[in-house]
Amino acid sequence: MNIIKTDALVIGGGAAGMAAAVEIVERGYKTILIERDNNTGGVLNQCIHNGFGLHVFKTELTGPEYANLFQKQMNEKGVEIHSNVFVLNIDNENKSVITVTSKGMCEYRTKVLIMCTGARERPFGNLRIPGDRPAGIYTAGVAQKFVNLMNILPGNKAFVLGSGDIGLIMARRLTLEGMEVKGVAELMPFPGGLARNIVQCLDDFDIPLHLSTSVVNVKGKKRLESITLCEFDKETREPLKNSIRDVEVDTLILSVGLIPQNELIEELVDIDCVNRGAVVDNYGRTSKEWIFAAGNNVAVYDLVDFVTLEGKNAGQSAAEYISKGNLPEKYREVLRGENVGVITPVRVCTEGAPFTFFIRPKKSMDKARVIICDGLKVVTKIAVKPAEMIDITISSELLKEIRKRGIEKIKIDIEEVK
Amino acid sequence: MKKKKVIVIGAGVIGSSISRELCKYELDVTLIEKNVEAGLGVTKANSAIIHGGYDDEPGTVRSKFCATGNSMYENLCEELGVDYKRIGSYVLGFKEEDGKYLSELFDKSKTNGIPGCEIHSAEKVKEREPNVSEKVIGGFWCPTAAITEPWMIAMAAVENGRKNGLKTFFEEKVIDIRTVETEGYAKVNGVQTDKAFYEADVVINCAGVYADEIVSMAGTEDINLHPRKGEYVLLDKKQGELVNSIIFPVPDKKSKGILVLPTIDGGLLLGPTAEDLAKEDRNEKSTTMEGIKKVIESTFEMIKGIDLSLTVKTFAGLRPETPQKDFVVGLTSLKGFINAAAMRSPGLTSAPAIAKYIAEKVVPDSLGFKPEENKKFDPVRKKEIRPADLEISEWEKLIEEDESYGRIVCLCNKITEREIIDAVRNGATTVEGVKFHTRASFGRCQGGFCLPKIVEIISRETGIGFEDIKMSGTGTQILDGKVRK
Repeated sequence: MNIIKTDALVIGGGAAGMAAAVEIVERGYKTILIERDNNTGGVLNQCIHNGFGLHVFKTELTGPEYANLFQKQMNEKGVEIHSNVFVLNIDNENKSVITVTSKGMCEYRTKVLIMCTGARERPFGNLRIPGDRPAGIYTAGVAQKFVNLMNILPGNKAFVLGSGDIGLIMARRLTLEGMEVKGVAELMPFPGGLARNIVQCLDDFDIPLHLSTSVVNVKGKKRLESITLCEFDKETREPLKNSIRDVEVDTLILSVGLIPQNELIEELVDIDCVNRGAVVDNYGRTSKEWIFAAGNNVAVYDLVDFVTLEGKNAGQSAAEYISKGNLPEKYREVLRGENVGVITPVRVCTEGAPFTFFIRPKKSMDKARVIICDGLKVVTKIAVKPAEMIDITISSELLKEIRKRGIEKIKIDIEEVK
Repeated sequence: MKKKKVIVIGAGVIGSSISRELCKYELDVTLIEKNVEAGLGVTKANSAIIHGGYDDEPGTVRSKFCATGNSMYENLCEELGVDYKRIGSYVLGFKEEDGKYLSELFDKSKTNGIPGCEIHSAEKVKEREPNVSEKVIGGFWCPTAAITEPWMIAMAAVENGRKNGLKTFFEEKVIDIRTVETEGYAKVNGVQTDKAFYEADVVINCAGVYADEIVSMAGTEDINLHPRKGEYVLLDKKQGELVNSIIFPVPDKKSKGILVLPTIDGGLLLGPTAEDLAKEDRNEKSTTMEGIKKVIESTFEMIKGIDLSLTVKTFAGLRPETPQKDFVVGLTSLKGFINAAAMRSPGLTSAPAIAKYIAEKVVPDSLGFKPEENKKFDPVRKKEIRPADLEISEWEKLIEEDESYGRIVCLCNKITEREIIDAVRNGATTVEGVKFHTRASFGRCQGGFCLPKIVEIISRETGIGFEDIKMSGTGTQILDGKVRK
């Protein structure tokens, strides 16, 4: 077996991995990025719509354009990219990673490992929707790959279940490519995707959005023939029997959630049960000191820009760890208040540099306050909703104050302002 | 002498096994199947259990074949290169009154001559199955029960059969059984499909839930069949270790009850329900809210720690049932027409024994003589290489031989491009065919990553255009056409 030694190994060449790799190589360390596909870029490669980069580049880019900026930087700065490499397992004791490639097996020995393995789509089977099992049911990402990369349409008439961003984007894409999109259903009483995507992908194309509604049956012995929709009471969540109706479609597109992929490290590091991702601190470090993690495998973010920022942060910390051999040890746990869902980081080293919390509120509020450590810092926000993460930067001063007061748990609350 | 012509209708596990068995003789054997591949009907969706044979009523046709079938499986799977694990089964009691049933079962197992069965105390059951509910009062243990991949047995039997001279015609639907009058009685003359006519001296009906339709084409004694639907929930590999053996409850009157078992590739299977359908509902394989709820509630009562967020999929399968709850195997009033039908549970278990019986006894009886043995018959089918199951060094050797052993297509089950290519070259030209041959897209992402790649490989290997690639049978095209058409 071939053995390759490196200072830093990044697994996954999507937005987080590319950003992390650039940060490390810039600091003079040998950096290898391994990617299981032919090219880096991850899911950005099939996201041919624009809207990426508003935070990071202050401009609107398509997915491939956004990826290309990082691919260029990686090339210029000398990140070694090993594509078509599949990781079999990670050996914590020897700090090595065993992989398989078309040239044989390869073991990477590294000082730090940065996990940027992203998320996968929740599949149809997981929803336990009753009915037939016909052809014509796809997750939005699979449909997107067929349409955008293979230039082939999944069907004629489609319905989209779930109003996550990729579902909304696909409703528009399928319409533009010549399919009839009959509607989008969302089980929750609020949309799962960004407001701008509701407007630009549905409203602009007269595609109806049915809230508090789900698909309760699928019919078709061969190809999908129809789906059954049912509305649910907003308060009691009980099905409203009178609302049951069939919609004739041959294609059902699912955008029902992303699941962080941590199969390689879930036995090795702590996993946060709300984020469903690796537990990391504000250095992007997992519970194993040589393993860092960033991106959708830590928590599912709504913007690629946030993923890039997290990747950069993990890359910087990993470089610091290579140079110093350690990072501050003592951390404080983050405590979620009632309205806080996904949040990163979930551990905080107060000795460190300023950092940003990304917080997903559990419910919509017209006006809300984010309260840190029972009022040590309060940020007022207009219109928070579960579809859009709130980013709150924690300054050095605030960290100093937390240390001074000896606060052991960092409590984050979101409160409605009446 | 010219070889006698035998036509087998239906390439499920019964028809495939019989076809292969007949290849051991100097016969001209043809297998006709309406689906695109073998094993995709009743065989595809059942509990995948090789039953111990302890509970079949003595004297039934079932009891004649089940225990014998069980004893043949290990060797059969070895010959056919199909995975098989003898993990044993428990029938567990959870109420005081269940104790009586368990001891009756033990007595029945003695009558049926099943080796090694034991009654276990609640403590012993919990020791061997730590996730069983606290309420357990004891269990009946049968060490010979096993799990396998039923569709692979059918597919492998067909592949091995072909190697030994079996002719197969798939995607052909039988529309008539032709007969002739000779010497005052009717005799089978051939099979008419929607594509061609095939002459036959003997026709064997293994048409699963369609067997009664074939019987009426032949005009012999009716078999009173109806489909019985069973719904299942399949859970991710992370749940596969919740049980070590097949866990049955004390059964109700209708079926063996809703069970919990590990699948051969490490997942956890819950089910089935038992819902009797109308005769004509031969393709009614939809799951229902009530059925899935029942599966979940029943299995939760038996086993602790089932996590539904790890659901991979829900599905339903059909099995043919008769009022007698028994198989219909043997000669009919029409000379040359043989039934191997009504293969309810334990049909899968009985398949090798039935195949042997049909080939050694029934076909010779029908022909009026025993055909010569085929001396060239080779029973061995080379097992697929699964690189992910090998030592790293062995896998590396394979990659040296062929690079495509080093390209992973299915991420969840670590299936390589070469395995997909081999499956396609062995006749799997549909997405499900590839799935059932290789286990690609069987995992937790259900094809989320590999479906487009599998489509590309099938298209590349067969020349079938993307828009003509099917999920399984006729009319299940997965794609429609070019964008912006």
